[in-house]
Amino acid sequence: MLPLNGIATAMRGYDPAEPRQVLRLRSPTSCPEDCDMAVVHEADDFDSAASSGFVQALAVSDETALLTPANGFPRIIQVPGKFGHLADGDVLGFHPASKRFRTLYRRSSTHNSFLVTERCNHYCLMCSQPPRDVDDSWILREIRDAIPLVDKQTRSLGFTGGEPLLNWRGFMAILRDCRDELPRTAIHVLSNGRAFASTEVVADWASVQHPSLTVGIPIYSAVDTVHDYVVQAKGAFDETVLGILKLKNSGQRVEVRVVLHAITAPRIVATCQWLARNLPFVDHVALMGLENTGFAIANDKFLWIDPMDYREQLAEAVHVLAASKVRVSVYNLQRCVLARPVWPYAVQSISDWKNAYTAECDSCDEKPRCSGFFTTGRPRYSRGIRAIRRSVAS
Amino acid sequence: MARFLTADAFQEVTEKRLEHLPFRFERRDGDYLVSNMVGDFVVLTHDEFDRLTNLRIAPGEGLYEKAYAAHLIARQGQQVPHQLLALRLRSRMAFLRQMTPLHLFVVTLRCEHSCPYCQVSRQSTDRSRYDMSEETARRALKIVLDSPCARLKIEFQGGEPLLNFSLIEKIVLAAKAAAPSAGKKLDFVIASNLALLTDDHLRFCKAHDVLLSTSLDGPADLHNKNRPRPGSNSHELAVKGIRRAQEFLGADRVGALMTTTGNSLGRVTEIVDEYLRLGLDGIFLRPLSPYGFAVKTKQFRRYDVKRWLEFYQRGLRYILAINNAGRYFPEFYSALILRRMLTDRPIGYVDLRSPAGIGLGALVYNYDGRVFASGEGRMLAEMGDNSFELGHVDTASYRSLILSDKLIDVVASSLTQCAPECSDCVFEPHCGADPVYHHATQHDPTGIKPLSEFCARQKGIMRLLLDILGNEPENAAILRRWAGM
Repeated sequence: MLPLNGIATAMRGYDPAEPRQVLRLRSPTSCPEDCDMAVVHEADDFDSAASSGFVQALAVSDETALLTPANGFPRIIQVPGKFGHLADGDVLGFHPASKRFRTLYRRSSTHNSFLVTERCNHYCLMCSQPPRDVDDSWILREIRDAIPLVDKQTRSLGFTGGEPLLNWRGFMAILRDCRDELPRTAIHVLSNGRAFASTEVVADWASVQHPSLTVGIPIYSAVDTVHDYVVQAKGAFDETVLGILKLKNSGQRVEVRVVLHAITAPRIVATCQWLARNLPFVDHVALMGLENTGFAIANDKFLWIDPMDYREQLAEAVHVLAASKVRVSVYNLQRCVLARPVWPYAVQSISDWKNAYTAECDSCDEKPRCSGFFTTGRPRYSRGIRAIRRSVAS
Repeated sequence: MARFLTADAFQEVTEKRLEHLPFRFERRDGDYLVSNMVGDFVVLTHDEFDRLTNLRIAPGEGLYEKAYAAHLIARQGQQVPHQLLALRLRSRMAFLRQMTPLHLFVVTLRCEHSCPYCQVSRQSTDRSRYDMSEETARRALKIVLDSPCARLKIEFQGGEPLLNFSLIEKIVLAAKAAAPSAGKKLDFVIASNLALLTDDHLRFCKAHDVLLSTSLDGPADLHNKNRPRPGSNSHELAVKGIRRAQEFLGADRVGALMTTTGNSLGRVTEIVDEYLRLGLDGIFLRPLSPYGFAVKTKQFRRYDVKRWLEFYQRGLRYILAINNAGRYFPEFYSALILRRMLTDRPIGYVDLRSPAGIGLGALVYNYDGRVFASGEGRMLAEMGDNSFELGHVDTASYRSLILSDKLIDVVASSLTQCAPECSDCVFEPHCGADPVYHHATQHDPTGIKPLSEFCARQKGIMRLLLDILGNEPENAAILRRWAGM
């Protein structure tokens, strides 16, 4: 697992009273702008950075001695060597007072997403990012500072939470920035959809006129009580589905997400039949294996279900949607636990920084096409995990 | 970490009481068939149905979940169940936005066939008396192009329309010339027995994208018995015509329709085989036409419906076996009803919709300039009943025809949404109004449905299809494919 956040081991030239900063990493030989800092791995890099005109540097090294020859360099942050993957084009958020830094964007990744807030009006039983009731409105500011630094060639960018639309006016400003700064970048927002029950919010969302904007909204059941129980919020189902209807009525792109666990998986066929009959106009449905982290660990005893135990239902659910011409994908589930007809719908969905394979996978012919596993939290493995040999599979 | 609430906490129904949404039902042998407002079917036991009707339902027991997902119940104050039903109903009824997409020109009443099931043709060589005049055609075309629908189909009928082909040519050319400025897209069809088909006809059809539709009642002896003509070679000429048209225009540019007569009833497999042999892309097992015997005898012969349904079921079973053996070959009438049952796509099929398709779906321009609300309405007029004559091209406009009291009265009084026996029928969302049929058989556009063969036939077909969908997975998969799923 790639470390993304940490604490600087040393800091020079920054005043702890300075506000949070958003910094873009560049190679020492490039030509810096104000917010750029050179990534430095060895002593010689300081010289080339200085001659290129850099005044800030990020030293990636466990060796404290590295900073000694850089005495003349005005501003330096040192981070541990395990952050060696940080490279030209990446964007960091840095808080001088605590010396904490967070990786906001990695140019080489295809899975960049910004956490918009940790606050949420849901309290989902399996939340992988448990909400916190704190004032974190500074994050919006940080994201707005970061957007102009994101590479213009970035294919896609995600926004997640918490619930990004709790402060919807603030979030819309970010979407407008994306439209203006990153017109070629597809934007994917994860929301519980309840804010869209308000016509005003939908109208503002549509008025952004972003060329490629999708919102992914979870529906956990065709039944109000079940959905409300999973998200731990009464009245959620009605507002969420109403939000989806209003978004589609305004021509906005909507993806429906269903996380599969012991409450949702046994009824997945009924849920997908309901989606196919009632919301066939959504743009995509993602049926998602559970990420066993956050609240999912706390509620493990009534959420865990071995994917082998819903394998046939999942195949039927995928068939129901595909037959109704609804685009459907299966996320986060390994090929060996999926029925063969589901394979074409299975996607390598797990973000690169938290994605891994087991020893069993080494001898599997399907590994290059397989989602693999989450490394976060407390991974649980299906009894069906087994290397697939092409001769056996065919 | 805050405490999580248990499932029970979300299942209390005291604060938001349950309420019914509109649903229809039918009591069957061991259970109830229930359909919601947009025709999704649910099967409930007697006990479940009893609890549903009394709202003695609690979440967590299974029935609540089933009934909620099927839009049979909602909680007071919720918006989504109503909104979903509203938008689905809007989609299903969206065919109403295409006002009068079909226009039938009876270019001549003359025909060289003398089919006993036909009420309208004339064995006559008197051109001036039974052919449509150019002036009538010109006036009719103006009405056609005044219809609001952006895509219009003009179908030439007879008699045998090829007997007045020169008029067809003129109408096609004039229509194509006028279409762009009227903002219309046009499709053309000639409904012909193909006996008189020439290379010149085919060349014209090819040059102007005209489709051919013909009659094929089955194997030679059956077809020729149903469709006599001098030389007793109707079948031979129809088959020859189909093959030439397939070759010259393309396999998808010629279709065939069969009419079921008493002689057909025992021979459905042979009829299907004939369609297969000719490489046709499916078959439409059409019911017995009521405009011969049923009208003349004024008897409601349920016996005939029963026999026809047996015929239909045998045919459908045979066709399913063909599909199971690997050949995609739909029965078009089931496909139509299945699309209604399994999707919310708007299906404006003229003979199975409510508001009825007469006038709103189609207008018929008779050879003599009279305008009828449907082909059957024209047949009734030939028998002396002018109930469905809406006007004459000399004086009528599109507006005057569509807004005529005659049409509005009949359409309004036949709406299945409020007609007795229809409004609470479990199959209503997939059925249609047939005011002409009920007028012809019962002298009333609404009709008494328990006496109606139309009703018995629709219910019979839908019960059969539901039975297959529910109990025969392999065949159900084929039916779903026919529905486009």
